[in-house]
Amino acid sequence: MSLAHETLASLRRRLVAKEIHPRDIIKDLLAQIDAREKTVHAFTHLDGQAALATAEKADLSLPLGGLPIALKDNLNALGDPCTCSSKILEGYRAPYDATAVARLRQAGALFLGRTNMDEFAMGSSTENSALGVTRNPWDSTRIPGGSSGGSAAAVAGRLAIAALGSDTGGSIRQPAALCGCVGLKPTYGRISRYGLVAFASSLDQIGPLTRTVEDSALLLSALAGHDPRDNTTDLRKPETFLAKPTGSVKGLRIGLPKEYFLPGMNAETEASIRSAASWFEKNGATLVEVSLPHTPAAIAVYYILATAEASANLARFDGVRYGRRAVDPKDLLDLYQRTRSEGFGPEVKRRIILGTFVLSQGYSDAFYRKAQKVRGLLRQDFESAFTKCDLLLTPTSPEPAFPLGERTQDPLKMYLADVFTISTNLAGNGAISLPCGFTKSNLPIGLQLIGPRFGEETMLGAAHAFEQAHDFWKRMPPV
Amino acid sequence: MSSSGNWEAVIGLEVHVQLRTQTKMFCGCINQYGGAPNSQVCPVCLGMPGSLPAPNEEAIRRTILTGLMFGCRIANVARFDRKNYFYPDMPKNYQISQFDDPLCAGGAVGLDPFLFPKDLQETDEAKAKRSIRLTRIHLEEDVAKSFHYEERSGIDFNRAGTPLMEIVSEADLRTAGEAFAFLGSLRQVLLSGNVSDADMEKGQMRCDVNVSVRPVGQKEFGTKVELKNLNSISGVRRALVYEIARQIAAVEKGEAIQHETRRWDDEAGATFTMRTKEKAHDYRYFPEPDLLPVRTDQGLRAAAESGLPELPAALQDRLMRENGVTAYQASVLAADRILCTYYEKAALGTQHKAVVANWILNDFLATQPEPASSPVRPEFFGELADLVAGGTINSAQAKKVFAELMANPSSPKALVEKLGLAQISDASALGVYCDEAIAANPRSVEDYRAGKGNAINALKGFVMKKSQGKANPAQVDEILKAKLSA
Repeated sequence: MSLAHETLASLRRRLVAKEIHPRDIIKDLLAQIDAREKTVHAFTHLDGQAALATAEKADLSLPLGGLPIALKDNLNALGDPCTCSSKILEGYRAPYDATAVARLRQAGALFLGRTNMDEFAMGSSTENSALGVTRNPWDSTRIPGGSSGGSAAAVAGRLAIAALGSDTGGSIRQPAALCGCVGLKPTYGRISRYGLVAFASSLDQIGPLTRTVEDSALLLSALAGHDPRDNTTDLRKPETFLAKPTGSVKGLRIGLPKEYFLPGMNAETEASIRSAASWFEKNGATLVEVSLPHTPAAIAVYYILATAEASANLARFDGVRYGRRAVDPKDLLDLYQRTRSEGFGPEVKRRIILGTFVLSQGYSDAFYRKAQKVRGLLRQDFESAFTKCDLLLTPTSPEPAFPLGERTQDPLKMYLADVFTISTNLAGNGAISLPCGFTKSNLPIGLQLIGPRFGEETMLGAAHAFEQAHDFWKRMPPV
Repeated sequence: MSSSGNWEAVIGLEVHVQLRTQTKMFCGCINQYGGAPNSQVCPVCLGMPGSLPAPNEEAIRRTILTGLMFGCRIANVARFDRKNYFYPDMPKNYQISQFDDPLCAGGAVGLDPFLFPKDLQETDEAKAKRSIRLTRIHLEEDVAKSFHYEERSGIDFNRAGTPLMEIVSEADLRTAGEAFAFLGSLRQVLLSGNVSDADMEKGQMRCDVNVSVRPVGQKEFGTKVELKNLNSISGVRRALVYEIARQIAAVEKGEAIQHETRRWDDEAGATFTMRTKEKAHDYRYFPEPDLLPVRTDQGLRAAAESGLPELPAALQDRLMRENGVTAYQASVLAADRILCTYYEKAALGTQHKAVVANWILNDFLATQPEPASSPVRPEFFGELADLVAGGTINSAQAKKVFAELMANPSSPKALVEKLGLAQISDASALGVYCDEAIAANPRSVEDYRAGKGNAINALKGFVMKKSQGKANPAQVDEILKAKLSA
């Protein structure tokens, strides 16, 4: 069997036992990519030769020695492109390593491929990419989710063993759910954001997309910890969770937030989530109904705060120092206007305009400042819920992968794809999505476990127990 | 101040001061003036995608210290905000600044009378010693520097990210002279705390001025005009003198003052419209999400307090009170920490501290403007003052010793010997000279005895000449008078 089907943990065991060489993994992945990338289009950039060359020098004594990781195309890796799937970063090569990338390098990892995404991580389907759409390996007529759709499709489609993504409102978890892999959004401050091209600074977190919870924990161990370059990273030691999750679910109090189970929701999704909840109950956990009363405001709050921050974060793409520059501008204003109107796609423009508006004089009190207040209430919702339970259990996405093109003309409908994931970014909590079933038409369904802030250990332990008791993660996509 | 006594000006200043720190505000690049273009840059200060700011604690501490020196309230929790606007010298197209919660609020700058322009130092406005209130002091990052050539422009990002304080005054200033004194007094305090080199020529201290005029007695402000491109303290004064006169002339003609920004042209000696303020900038401030709030009550404030220097005003008081120097001398010393340290060392071992101040400030500085690098050790001045006061040499001799001291620095005692200058204070030796003088000048003796007191000077001159200037003049006077009245 091709090594592309294995996990980081199993490959590591075989590498250490000298059964295989890192180059073998790269070769098998390149063979898979040759066969399937044309359909899936998970990558924006691939350099197989470079990966093979670094594989020869891999140091197997390191925790991730010789293991290949794919990187979302918004993470700076020295010398490589970092397009954010935008025309505006055409020709840009990263002049430095993101801290997350540097930590993986130090742990011995290799990099194979940069993955497609919604432009600047703005979207839930990877259709907002200037570099082409990515298709779901389970059904190539459907979207892989987004914005880390390339990473999810690569991992699910056996084009990568594991990948990094970024999650601002669900961008790791939702594509993980729709592609049937494991997506972890750590607690805000757990992993340094230094070198991640910012979308919304107070919400962005880097996290792994993997096939198993164990692989997720393995990558989190390498990535977590304080970074002097990111003022918002938490000072506590990273070793508060184990590299290999353990533990049973016995005695766990699992909260089911009533606002996440609504009449009219997708029946197959609801059935699958309810049955997952029963599994926890059968295995010794207690189910508790809890309430997160400000949930209905989350999407509005998110689209005010995230776009406000984005309007400033994306101001630097002006054609002056790097990336695309308008040809023959007649003056400074023309340079700015043409560079940005030619370089950004429609969704990015929509969000910059919205963000600029909500910060404008005369409007910022009604929008930006009010949204900040409601964000505080959402945070309190989670804090009080976690006095009654240890983990929250919810669907990751209200429904399985939808067809390509279905929502590109309806941004509001697209925004609803993140209804179950957005609140955790606003509150700063960590959450994980893992497969918990399939629809009749063989589309994966994702289960979301949300932990208290810096409660990754409990979360990973419970997820691991559920995963190992089922074989959803072993299923292979048809594409 | 103005051509018309019926108008007064209302002036407020916004002063930007680059902090003296090892590294830039949010990255590890060296903070140094000069350097080849774009040689002191990194992904952070270039605003590369994905880079994040890491706050410089030294800069925060120095801003707090500045606040303490001006008596500001120091915020327990301060915050950074993003100020949004597009300009090529702004790497991120937003500036990390402070809006709602600056590090320092309130405070005041006392106007030092000797830091008014020389021609105004004797006026009432200088002697009033007014105190000018500050609104706030906040910390932000400096922008890059643009250079414009014939067809192209270039940007040097070395300056981008330099820690920059913005010091905002209340509209308390009334004259161009006060604005001049405000900047000088501000700078003097900044130098004393070693927080900045505050050199306006190097752009380390930059100043924007808001000025309006109103009839004396009116409470409401007139329409204000902002002045830019002010590159020296005297430039600020000239620009204000011009602009105040321009505004008064305009309102006296019944014209309305435009709310606008005007550029000072130093060569033309006039201000010109730069842009009108009809379209006010909306900077869309919001809290900087990349930076945590700054807690000053967890050691930062205490660290700043431990660095508090003796402030210029206190130093001047002490020098006048304890050393007997003049107010002017005290102000000169307070304005120059290196000179002042030198002086204090010189005055340390002598009772005659005011004399030492005279020597140093009048004679020494004229020949050696850089006391720190001078081979003349400061304690030599104390020794010289003691030699004069103790009667070993007279003041004429002291001048000779001083000249030698400058040429071949060594101990004044040794120089007195080397030059053979020791004053003759031996009564019997002086008696012989006096007898000779009386014998050789019968006419003067007669005149003196006839009541012409001045006649004794000829006899004294004779003695000084005979003794090659070494005779103790006071003693000679005494001996002659005794002998003549005998």
